[in-house]
Amino acid sequence: MELLNQVTQFVISGLATGAIYALIGLSFAIIFNSTGIINFAQGEFVMLGGVLTIFSLNVLHLPLVAAIVVAVAVTTIIGLVFERLAIRPLKNATPLALIIITIGASILIRGLVMLLWGKDTQALPAFSGTDPISIAGATLLPQHLWIFGVTILVIVGCRLFFNHTISGKAMRACSFNRRAANLVGISVGRMVLFSFVISAAVGSLAGVIIAPLTMTAYDVGVMLGLKGFCAAIMGGMGSGLGTVLGGLILGTLESLGAGLISSGYKDAIAFFILLLILFIRPQGLFKKGETERV
Amino acid sequence: MICGENAAQKGRETVKKLVSTAFASFALFCLSTAALAAPPIKIGALFAVTGPASFLGEPERNTAQMVVDEINKAGGVKGRKLELITYDTGGDATKAVQLANKLVKNDQVVAIIGPSTTGDSMAIIPVVEKAQIPLISCAAGSKITEPVKKWVFKTAQNDGLAVARIFEQLKKEKKTKVAILTVSDGFGASGREQLKAQAAHYGIQILSDDTYGPKDTDMTAQLAKIRGSQAQALICWGTNPGPAVIARNAKQLGLTIPVYMSHGVSSKKFIELAGDAAEGIRLPSGKVLVADLLPKNDKQRNSLLAFIKDYQNHFKAEGDHFGGHAWDAVMLLKGAIEKGGDTPAGIRNALESTRNFAGIGGVFSYSAKDHAGLTKDAFTLVEVRKKDWVLVK
Repeated sequence: MELLNQVTQFVISGLATGAIYALIGLSFAIIFNSTGIINFAQGEFVMLGGVLTIFSLNVLHLPLVAAIVVAVAVTTIIGLVFERLAIRPLKNATPLALIIITIGASILIRGLVMLLWGKDTQALPAFSGTDPISIAGATLLPQHLWIFGVTILVIVGCRLFFNHTISGKAMRACSFNRRAANLVGISVGRMVLFSFVISAAVGSLAGVIIAPLTMTAYDVGVMLGLKGFCAAIMGGMGSGLGTVLGGLILGTLESLGAGLISSGYKDAIAFFILLLILFIRPQGLFKKGETERV
Repeated sequence: MICGENAAQKGRETVKKLVSTAFASFALFCLSTAALAAPPIKIGALFAVTGPASFLGEPERNTAQMVVDEINKAGGVKGRKLELITYDTGGDATKAVQLANKLVKNDQVVAIIGPSTTGDSMAIIPVVEKAQIPLISCAAGSKITEPVKKWVFKTAQNDGLAVARIFEQLKKEKKTKVAILTVSDGFGASGREQLKAQAAHYGIQILSDDTYGPKDTDMTAQLAKIRGSQAQALICWGTNPGPAVIARNAKQLGLTIPVYMSHGVSSKKFIELAGDAAEGIRLPSGKVLVADLLPKNDKQRNSLLAFIKDYQNHFKAEGDHFGGHAWDAVMLLKGAIEKGGDTPAGIRNALESTRNFAGIGGVFSYSAKDHAGLTKDAFTLVEVRKKDWVLVK
């Protein structure tokens, strides 16, 4: 009975963490979907979301909702500027060169935030209290519900956008074949810019909703970004639902591994799974092999 | 002499020039002798001002500079100024070794204070041992001075003393079964080692031994496991933000057993991060946190109050015990230079014979067998009540 309770707790905690990974993974997938590059500055967008909210709340004394709006808006603008200044000018660069640029950008953003706001970890107050909610012998915080809720909304929103709007379809077309997309009259440059904007917004939103739980500092983006990347890889890069499932599975396995096997190997378990997937199913867990994308 | 002959031949213009050159060189000569009369005593300092251990390095650097400035303002040590040469290791052991070499070879310092972390300190020990320069480390790991190394001293309290302080309290409350949760970095590993080593001595049984990563954001899995065990107390060893996450997760899971943290989180920052979840958490701490609650006859009281007031004046922030490690290091060094002169060997011998120095971290008494110098009285057990610290009786 006790074991059953524990396992329920492990699974619920795992799903909550997994939802965070899923959301970050999703923002990786959005950029990959339209540009074919992996934006390693994604973790920094997540960090900016949290840090900027705390800044708006504590220094500018805005109410919470306004602070969140400001944080997401500013991060989105940073994503836009980043694309304009660092990605757009290199029109014919290889994806590898672009990926390296994103790594450089992530280090730059991290450094600037450290200089501007210092190195201290800070906490955001929970959106709706900290009284735990118990479900089947396990407990959750109200903040976890926020995370689940926002994740579901974002997933549904993305699915609708990418499958049912012209812009979304155009963005997907860009990732399959830039040249062909260009030939049928899609402005590839604008779609790439779009994808950075959406991805920065989603990433920063993830940063905001997790800040009350995990707290935030200039360097939280690295690990979260890496875990989100894992989730995206598990989902096969670019598949929305796959990424979400990937994130949830990753979070649950981590939590079960820490609880039942050994907490020392928690990250090792996650990265072992990542390597396994890259070896055995490089196209992702839930995708059929595609020959076009080698 | 050739100059003189030339001058005679070339007439007055040249004589004038010569005279002025002579004056100039005389003036230079005077200046250099003035400088030679009392050159500053060079002290090296290595702190992790940036990087993950910056919460240690920054207050340490601030404090060291503040204390040195004050000593100089008051006339220096035996009439000579101190010159502090500080480098930032970034918490990187490789960099620490390079910078230690730089201090020894280029700057020719007579002693080094810092580094901030155990990893950095262990890395530079071979450098100072070889160069025969005394080192006063500000890191906590007990292996820095165990076994005793001839040139290495430390000011930060050993982890083992903090462990002893917690176990003593548990024994008093007749709690014999504990769970431990330690962070998987140098600080956590050292704490875990000490917890496991000393448990038997206090008749305490460790029922579950878990770890978490320094960047982990959710520890409910480990805590759920601990909740399901028979443990009567949880001891958690880490530095912010991990312990704050643990405090919140423990509250979420409704963990009812008392939670003990390490001295690694003994600052107001922890209470701020953990919020309401910090209530009732106990931890061993240097006395600086509760300086105003100490009895009047406490030996450290004067040093503590002076340090806190100074730090407040200079940096508009509360001095913590991390800065205190640097305060102790500089003051111990000052005492040693007064007693043993300004040679590395003299300083080392004077340091080793320092007794009953009441500093921030505790009352230091070094000896040939003990280069850490403190007893478990350096720690007092505090509890969080209404967002502030109270002494545990």
